[in-house]
Amino acid sequence: MTTSQFLEVDNIEVLYSQAILALRGISLRVEKGSIVALLGANGAGKTTTLKAISNLLASERGHLSRGTITWHGEVTRKLDPADLVARGVVQVLEGRHVFPQLTVEENLLSGGFVRRPSRRALADDLERIYSWFPRLKQRSGVRCGLTSGGEQQMVVIGRAMMTRPTLVLLDEPSMGLAPIIVEEIFRIIRDLNRNEGISFLLAEQNAHLVLQFADHGYVLENGRVAASGSAAELAGRDDVAEFYLGTAAAGASTAEPIQTPGI
Amino acid sequence: MSFFVETLVGGLLAGVMYSLVAIGFVLVFKASGVFNFAQGSMVLCAALTFVTLRDKGLDFWLAALITLSVMVALGIAVERVVLRPLVNRPQITLFMATLGVSFVIEGVAQIVMGASVHELDLGIVDTPIEIGGVQVSQFDLAAAGTAGILVVALSIFFNKTRVGIALRAIADDPQAALSIGIRLQTLWQIVWGVAGFVSLIAGLLWGARQGVQFALTLVVLKALPVLIIGGFTSIAGAIIGGLIVGAGDSVAEIYLGSLLGGSVSTWFAYVLAVAFLLVRPAGLFGEAPIERI
Repeated sequence: MTTSQFLEVDNIEVLYSQAILALRGISLRVEKGSIVALLGANGAGKTTTLKAISNLLASERGHLSRGTITWHGEVTRKLDPADLVARGVVQVLEGRHVFPQLTVEENLLSGGFVRRPSRRALADDLERIYSWFPRLKQRSGVRCGLTSGGEQQMVVIGRAMMTRPTLVLLDEPSMGLAPIIVEEIFRIIRDLNRNEGISFLLAEQNAHLVLQFADHGYVLENGRVAASGSAAELAGRDDVAEFYLGTAAAGASTAEPIQTPGI
Repeated sequence: MSFFVETLVGGLLAGVMYSLVAIGFVLVFKASGVFNFAQGSMVLCAALTFVTLRDKGLDFWLAALITLSVMVALGIAVERVVLRPLVNRPQITLFMATLGVSFVIEGVAQIVMGASVHELDLGIVDTPIEIGGVQVSQFDLAAAGTAGILVVALSIFFNKTRVGIALRAIADDPQAALSIGIRLQTLWQIVWGVAGFVSLIAGLLWGARQGVQFALTLVVLKALPVLIIGGFTSIAGAIIGGLIVGAGDSVAEIYLGSLLGGSVSTWFAYVLAVAFLLVRPAGLFGEAPIERI
């Protein structure tokens, strides 16, 4: 197979605590400049896939037991999470992991440290974030734990942008937010993608929403890729909705049925 | 009245000495969530190293410099050898590990440098001077001044520098800190190095006050109520907690001691600490968790 110039995930398996097999051979790729959606129900393996890519599994006693992940042709297995961030891959964790005791501004600044920028460059980057999220500028001195859910989601996205990424792994940005805020956040993601050329790998349960913004999508089920295709294709398929809505026995009527061998 | 004021001032200044030890705890706890029981041994180790070097005839500043390097190296080594392999283990495991470390440091320090009591002279005259009709120990004033400088320096470090902000970020959410490229291990080493530095300051002042001896490690036990009262995560809290414990101790000794048959100061601080645990478990300045409902 050909190695992608960008992100290539090749048939990976992830084990937690040496015992629990969370991913059972997932392959996917993200092209430069695209938005890719990772769909699936709770426990399908979306978060694990993202953490495998960003090398954050170790802190949860997980590890890659098979397969490889390459970033710009480089195998990432041995890299520290900070090395990956420095190379342009950053993950925005599920559930709005702000630093609650730090102010909004300190939260954003902390994302800039990895590049060791000059004081000047750091201040410029901060202004750039504020221009995308004007609301954060008004709240800059407030401790982040006291801001609203939407503001916190903006902080964690802005903080990730401070690392000057080329690929952002975004985990459930819509979780627990009002629909109007979710719309706003997705619009910002689209703007970042169009204007700054940043690629996104988006894990979402809200398939209907994310497929409006994505170029391509993968549907995960039980740690496997159950379906994949262009966003328009997936949006048009009935069975994709079933994965989430449970209108039929999930997966029973998939176009590409997956046999689950015993493990 | 002037007797009361004198007791109070004496107590407050003595309390600053406890704060110095407590600050070392706060540093490590804030950054890594580890209650470092070995802080007391590090204080002893610093004082013992300094005294031994001075006995060998080294110049004051040279001895201080070497001791500083030893303490910073010791701090970094503890992080690297003991705590790093235990990352993601339960708190109690980490605490037990530092307990073990404290025995090792005490033991090795005394094998290498001897267990006899040394006198430590910092060249600060300990004659009382009179300020506004109150007798104050010069040594206590110097200690308070040192603590003041230390607190200002540390609060600038934590609030204004990148390393400081990153350390606070780690304290808040290590997983998120990792995800944006903060190198936890490098920063833990820095914080343990700084804890080594703080234990040097505490070691010199305590050593000069009490003589350098094994009992120095017991200052940990007095730092505990200071931490509970002030809050485990606040340097300002460590200072205020120290002042409360110091003042409480000496005032209680004078006014309750006669009623209860003396040695009130051995337990008074702990009673205060228990009262705080009941009323305000995060301590006066501790970061009460922000919870969204």
